[in-house]
Amino acid sequence: MTDSTADTGASRVLGGRPTEATIRTTTTITTVKNTSGAHIELKNVNKVYGEQTVPAVEDFSMDVEPGELIMFVGPSGCGKTTTMKMINRIIEPTSGSITVDGRDVLSLNPNELRRHIGYVIQQIGLFPHMTIAENISVVPKLLGWSKEKTRNRVDELLSVVQLDPKTFAGRYPKQLSGGQQQRVGVARALAADPPVMLMDEPFGATDPITREKLQVEFLRLQESIGKTIIFVTHDFDEAVRLGDRIAVLSDRSKIEQFDTPANILRAPANDYVASFIGHGAALKRLALIPLYDALLGRASDARGTASLPETDSLRDALDLLVLTGLPAIGVTDASGKVVASVTVDQISAELGDDVGGAAAGALS
Amino acid sequence: MTGFDLPGLLAFWGKRYDDILQLIGQHLLVVAVALLLATVIGVGIGLLVWNSPVGRSLAVTSAAVILTIPSLALLAAMIPLFGLGWVPTLIGLTLYSLLPIIRNTVVGLREVSPAIMEAATGMGLSRGAVLLRIQLPMAWPVIVTGVRVAAQLTIGIAAIGAYVGGPGLGQMIFQGLSSLGSKNALNYALTGTLGVIVLALIVDGLFTLITKTTTSKGLRA
Repeated sequence: MTDSTADTGASRVLGGRPTEATIRTTTTITTVKNTSGAHIELKNVNKVYGEQTVPAVEDFSMDVEPGELIMFVGPSGCGKTTTMKMINRIIEPTSGSITVDGRDVLSLNPNELRRHIGYVIQQIGLFPHMTIAENISVVPKLLGWSKEKTRNRVDELLSVVQLDPKTFAGRYPKQLSGGQQQRVGVARALAADPPVMLMDEPFGATDPITREKLQVEFLRLQESIGKTIIFVTHDFDEAVRLGDRIAVLSDRSKIEQFDTPANILRAPANDYVASFIGHGAALKRLALIPLYDALLGRASDARGTASLPETDSLRDALDLLVLTGLPAIGVTDASGKVVASVTVDQISAELGDDVGGAAAGALS
Repeated sequence: MTGFDLPGLLAFWGKRYDDILQLIGQHLLVVAVALLLATVIGVGIGLLVWNSPVGRSLAVTSAAVILTIPSLALLAAMIPLFGLGWVPTLIGLTLYSLLPIIRNTVVGLREVSPAIMEAATGMGLSRGAVLLRIQLPMAWPVIVTGVRVAAQLTIGIAAIGAYVGGPGLGQMIFQGLSSLGSKNALNYALTGTLGVIVLALIVDGLFTLITKTTTSKGLRA
């Protein structure tokens, strides 16, 4: 999936001219492949609680490729969290099989298993009596790492989540803000470099500004570490922003649609999925398409001085067009030189082009 | 019985300070040993029963029943079993200390939020490790408070221990009571009683210090 996007990007960028943006994107994809996580497979997984007749999760099957960031989206109580928690056996499945890199998790010692699966929950759950460094060291200690290796790892991880090790390693959780605590939560989950991460609404309790910042940082982090991640959220916009693929779930964890954000936005499988997307599907799609992936006009067509970098999305471009009232605005490359222009028609054409081969043919 | 006579009391202290200090030392020692025993036993019981509703109420109720037995009766009942002296006093004080310690241990262990328990389990800590490395340190300030209450309780009760030949300031109180009418009767009783009160205050202050030094900085308010 990621590959095809990259290919299209490379061939289409401003008429095939290779730009820095393309090169950067391609490199990123290569690194993701190199450091990717594990392959996860769930097969006909069921969960029935106690004497209840209606299962909480019914016949759930899913294949997750190494290094993929999968979003589970659904209303509360649909079983998305239950499904995720069966992977590290916080909840034991009633039937079915779950494998991580071909190994049946149900046959492994649950504590051993969990030491190799990062786990982040909404309430974070930092241990208040331990310093930040001690919190992060828990799993490395369990795995018998040397003191020096553990200490180096703590420093490395704190830097990765943008917290200065000198300042924060010796502090206690209560001395940190909510956003900082959540970063430590992510660092702690990454401590032993697990191939798989399970994240249960990790940014759900933070304010909108912090949340967006954490999301951006998290995406950048995932680009460099390439874990296999199952990420549960009830926020569809968060799913679109972060996910490689989104599983839209309804009651009993039924998969209504499982596809890339762009595909779900373009062609929701049914009314349920459509209702989950809500209003403004076209705008949400535009936000996913960077300018360098779009078919743009000549630089000489740009009017006025308004311009924006080619790494911005079509949604940003539309925003600027509406704001300035100009018929066309400039698009700049990494050096700041105007290399193309974009109009509302061209933006619309990108959406139309995505609808399918027929529509695209008619347009060109 | 003669009336209160301050110079007389001071003169009594001047003459008997060796004995007084020795009795204070004994009193402290018997209370400290009993508290140590009760902490080991009480925290141990708390760790075993905290998560079982039946075990929990059984342990707390039993300890509460023990506390309702009048101290004189409990100590006297132990004479046929353990004779006179330190042993019955020590056992009695240990038994009386159990209720606050068990109850606070159970409360403290149960107070740890489900989110922290889930995070710990999700990281691959075994049940025992969660209990000893996460719950127990987090419950510690509550447990120390229980020991502190037990200390206040036993410093008073220890005085009764003299009835079964136990050590401590109770010996002075009983000596005073048994020699009513004599010159120093009131001085004996008063010295014993004041000693117990002062000791209680000092030990309480000590516990403030113990709580502070044994609780993680991250848990202090």
